[in-house]
Formats: sequence, C-alpha cells, structure tokens
Amino acid sequence: MTKRAIWALPYQVFLALFVALPLVLIALYAFQDAAGHFTFDNFVKFVTEKETMNTFVYSIEIALITTVLCLLLGYPAAYILADTRLNPSSVTVILFILPMWINMLIRTLATVALFDFLRLPLGEGALIFGMVYNFLPFMIYPIYNVLRKMDNSYIQAAEDLGANPTQVFTKVTLPLSVPGISSGVLMVFMPTISTFAVAELLTMNKVKLFGTSIQENINNGMWNYGAALALIMLVIIGLTSLIGDGETSEAENGGLL
Amino acid sequence: MEKDIIIRLDHLSKTYDDVKVLDDVSLDIRRGEFVTLLGPSGCGKTTLLRLIAGFATPTSGCVYMEGEDISGVPPFKRPLNTVFQRYALFPHLDVYDNVAFGLKLQKLPVEVIDEKVRKVLKLVSMTGYEDRDVDSLSGGQQQRVAIARAIVNQPKVLLLDEPLAALDLKMRKDMQIELKEMHRELGITFIYVTHDQEEALTLSDTIVVLNDGHIQQIGTPTDIYNEPQNPFVADFIGESNILDAVMVRDRLVRFAGHDFECVDEGFGEDNPVDVVVRPEDIYIMNKLDAAQLAGTVKSCIFKGVHYEMFVETDEGYELMIQDYNAFEPGSRVGLIVKPQDIQVMHKQCTANVFEGEMKAEDKVQVLGGVFDCLPVEGAKAGDKVTVEFAFDNVDLRDEASEGSLEGTVGLLLYKGDHYHLGIVISRGCYIYVDTNDIWDKNDLVGIRVAPEDIKITPVTEAPSDTPASSGND
Repeated sequence: MTKRAIWALPYQVFLALFVALPLVLIALYAFQDAAGHFTFDNFVKFVTEKETMNTFVYSIEIALITTVLCLLLGYPAAYILADTRLNPSSVTVILFILPMWINMLIRTLATVALFDFLRLPLGEGALIFGMVYNFLPFMIYPIYNVLRKMDNSYIQAAEDLGANPTQVFTKVTLPLSVPGISSGVLMVFMPTISTFAVAELLTMNKVKLFGTSIQENINNGMWNYGAALALIMLVIIGLTSLIGDGETSEAENGGLL
Repeated sequence: MEKDIIIRLDHLSKTYDDVKVLDDVSLDIRRGEFVTLLGPSGCGKTTLLRLIAGFATPTSGCVYMEGEDISGVPPFKRPLNTVFQRYALFPHLDVYDNVAFGLKLQKLPVEVIDEKVRKVLKLVSMTGYEDRDVDSLSGGQQQRVAIARAIVNQPKVLLLDEPLAALDLKMRKDMQIELKEMHRELGITFIYVTHDQEEALTLSDTIVVLNDGHIQQIGTPTDIYNEPQNPFVADFIGESNILDAVMVRDRLVRFAGHDFECVDEGFGEDNPVDVVVRPEDIYIMNKLDAAQLAGTVKSCIFKGVHYEMFVETDEGYELMIQDYNAFEPGSRVGLIVKPQDIQVMHKQCTANVFEGEMKAEDKVQVLGGVFDCLPVEGAKAGDKVTVEFAFDNVDLRDEASEGSLEGTVGLLLYKGDHYHLGIVISRGCYIYVDTNDIWDKNDLVGIRVAPEDIKITPVTEAPSDTPASSGND
C-alpha cells in the first residue's frame, strides 16, 4: 500500500502546484484590492458595473444557444451513428471525432478564412457557427456512447408492447439516453461560457464574451478584478456540473430506494 | 380443427449470413396450448420465437396467426407479447409504469389501467412493489414484473424466451409451478423456449424438439420421453442407453449380442436400427439364470432417489441402469428388458454418402476437402461422383491440419461398446464416425479416410447437362 502511495506522489505534487495553488491564488486575489487588503469591492463592481454584467448575461445567452444547437444537431447525428443499420462502419464515428484532434484556434482561423471566402460577414452569426462547429463533437460523442451501449431488448420490449417507432423513441430511447445528453450538455456549456479566442477571431473583436473580459482585465494588470470574474465563472460552471451530475447519476442508478 | 389453430408456421426458413438457422420448419399451435420449443443452444429455437414475435422476418415461408399471414406485420401491431430472457424491464420506469406501459400506449382511461395493473401485480404476487425501482428487485421479482408486463395486455399468445434461465434452481422450480398455474388460469397460448429438458417435460402440453434448425420431433412430454424418434431426441431428453441394433423381423430385435422381443413392427427384416432403453427400464437382479443379459457392475453412485450403476455385459456392452437397490461394484448381475420398454428407431443413415467431384484419377473432393482414393479408371477432373465411406472407417486426428477435412465434434453418443460421433463440417452437415477413442464435444478434429475405404460411384448426369459436357469434348 505504502509503495503505491509513493507512486501517487508526483501527481499529488503536480496537482498541488498547477491546480490547487492557482485556484487558491485566484480566490485570494479576488478578495483583495490592488494593495492586498481584504475587500468585497471586486464583486460589488461586477454587480454594479453595467458593461461587465451585460457581457456576462450575453455570454450565458450565447452558451445556451450553442448548447441547444449542438443538442439539436448532435442528437440525430449520434442516433444515426449508433444505429448499425444506418451506419454499419465505425469509421464514420472517427470522422466525426477527427476535428477534435486539431487545435481549436486553427479550426477557428479556418472558419474565419471560410467566411472570408464565402464573403459572409463576421459577427454574432459567425460566432455561433464557430462555437457549434467547435463543440459539436463533444455533444455527439457522449450521446453516441449511451445509444451504442443501450440494450436492444429495451427497444424490442417497447415494440412488443405496442409502441410504434415514434413512441419507442419518445418513451424509451430518449429517456434512456438522458445520461448522454446531460454529459454532452455539460461538455458544451462549460467551455462555451469561458471561450474568448473564438469570439475575438470570429467577430473581429466586435462581440465581447465573459472570457474576453477576464482576459482583458488580467492583461491590463487588473489582477484582482480579473480573479474575481474568474471565480464567478468557476462557481457558475461548478453549479451547472453539480446539476448535471445529479441528473446523470439519477438516470444511471435510478431512484434512491 | 382448423379454427383451433392460432399460429401456423408454414415452411419457415431463416438465413443469417449464409447460415441456415432455420430450415423449412412447419408447425401448428393450437389455441390455449402450452408449447415448448426445446433444443440445445444454437438450434434455432430463439430465432423461431423472434420470427413469431416479429423481431425478424423469415427468409422464406410464412407465419399465420388465426389464418392471417402476419409475416410482414411489425411487432407492435402483433397481438402477442414476449417475456424476454433478461426481462428487459425499462430502467427509467418503476414497477407500476413498466406494467402499465402497454396499456398507456392503448390510451386506456387511467382508472382502467390502474385496475388492470393492480390485478396483474396481484396475480404475480407483486402487490406493494408498485413504486419500486426495477433495478432494486431480485431476479425472481424482476421475472414476475416482466410476466405481468406481458400478460396485462391480454395477448392472444404469450412468448417466453428462456424466462427462468437466470434464476437459481429452487426459484426456478417454484416459478415453473406458478407459470403452469398462470397458463391454466389465463387460458392464453404459451410458446416457451428453453434448453432445459426437465423444464420442458414439466410444463408443456406439446414439446417441439429442435436441432440444427430442423424439427426433430413434436409430441406430448410422455411421447417424447417414451418414444423418441431418433437418437438425438433420445439423448437430449433424459438419460438413455442408445445401442446399434438389427431388426430381425417384426417384434424381434437384436442388440447387445442378444435377441429381444419388442412391440415394434414395420421396420423390415434384418434392417439396422437404433434402440433406446431408459436406464430405469432395465431390471437388475442377483439371479443370473432367469436373466436375458449377464454382466458385472462397474460403478454404483447414489443419486438421491435411486442408484445409478454402469454394468458391463459379458458381451462387452456398457449399460446405464437406475434402480432403488444398490449392487456393489464387481458383483455379478442379471438384466432383463421388457418388450414395451424397448424403443426402436429408424437409423437416419447407415453410411456417410456425399456428392463429390473427381479432382484427378485418384483424388476426389467431398464437402470442400480433397481425399486420396484408389484410381478410378477413366475418371477425369470435374466428374460428378457419389462418395461413400463407412462410419467406422473414418480416422480422426487431433491436429485438424492432418486431415483432408476439418470439423468439430457436434454429436456425441455412447452406444454401449463404442462412441458414435457426428462431426460438423458446416452447419447441418455431418460426417458420422464410430470410434472407440474418447473425444469431447466441440473438439476440433482432422478427418482422414484410407483410400481403399472410399467407395466411388459415378453419377449418371441428368440429360439436361449432357449437351454442355459433350460440347466440351
């Protein structure tokens, strides 16, 4: 046992240095003013300053739109990919996952080039297109996984009990794929709140997202305010993942009885 | 009589990836009957059930329900319900909603649904479990819910796919009795799939024994047990002594080196047959002079109700005998078999006979393997021939590559003084072997036959083929 514990040591050191310590620093900075005194000013500023608050609400809006679009596009895609009759080869799945191997910035730059080529204006539309394009695989994959592993006998049982194909889907397939949907939603929603590079590139800095606000503040030496904003974002993400987690485990394990 | 038939299977065949899982199966099922499809795994019984349920469509043939062809009707429109092997209860619904699933789809009023669900849960003794999550139930309870979910829709036919396979022995016995009672109470036709012969004998009105996609025998449990029609059925149902025999004339059969009186007629004279004698039908005693056979007890094992003994007769045949009295190993005993306890069966074949093709003057291809044979005068490559070799002339090798053909041991019968094996070359295609060597089921073997043991007769070609071949000359 002790020997195994020693093996974990490098990871513990790594986690402490690069995950725990920065988080602690963010929390510390968030509650300090520039002189290092304890204060709530940063949070008061966030609530009162109209511009940041607007950016914040706008970011959540964009994240929600992206998530919903990803779900609407991703679920049918995952459904088709998981159906061996519609998609007999697993190669297609890799094709869908393949874009994830390419750096997000490069993909975004390519999207910009594509918009230029097609003479489409950059802006909000381009931003949503880019976000959906970037995050769609994160929605497809978990749903695909759940659908793929779903026992075919559930579907047969529903058919056997008189459910037509639509009813089979709404009453069995969809409810049983909720764990995949909720982890897909999380994997799309969380990173979309915090993106900033994608927004900058695809809107030529016309549209500002919350991630950009944080980056701007920190770049401009406003460390404490930036840290406070980052902390707020962390809390939001933490909360959504808690909700999602509850749903996932409930769908997987059923009730608490 | 016609009106009595609820399901008729008419020359059903099903092929998956070139493998014939079911081959020309025809069967009539009467209204209210408890029919069991019985066979070893891979015999096609589950496929047959899936064809009836509509989860698969037949490659050829039709399924009729009450005189109507339903082969193309999707499962949700068929008035029958299935109890699945692993229950397939919906994990996102509680017990009540699982049972109510079918009723809700029919858009019945809530009160009617409620009444029906409670009634059926009472029938399966699951009252009080309505709000329970299905994953929190034991296997037996899930089983009950699965049955309730199926019968609550009052189907005309209930299909059960090995519903008790996942339960432990004690639970299985209890559920068997309950299923039988349920069948009586509901009056629904039950079609039950199992590989457990004892279960089939206990539950069924009619047993359909399947093997290799073919129906081997249809009959009542007593028919199937007492009068098996072939060695497969005899071996699969219960314990049995299966021996090679010769039908000397009507009512007289010779096996184990003796002539026995029997009750069977119409098997011809001096014809090779198989006989089955159930181990409990052989009388064993200490007196030797009044006995038909004399032998020595080889082993004696206590089995609870009876003792199971192996006796080697003086002629060298080993017989299994079950008796309430124990006879010590080594003791001399006499055996008697009564005429009505001898079941005579036609031999399905007496030698391996296949279509073949000459590859050279002294090489012949059979079932995809090339065998050396004695030179056939005037034979050319491509000539169609009939190839025949006896069961006991086949030489089996451990190394599959040492044989001209390879296969796996599919059928294994002990015939008292030798083993009778069926080597599966491809599905449904056997080479039969009589041997004294011990092999296990599913052993991979190489098959060799000495050239002098292969008998080749040319096939006289059908007239329609003649012009083409003469044109080649």
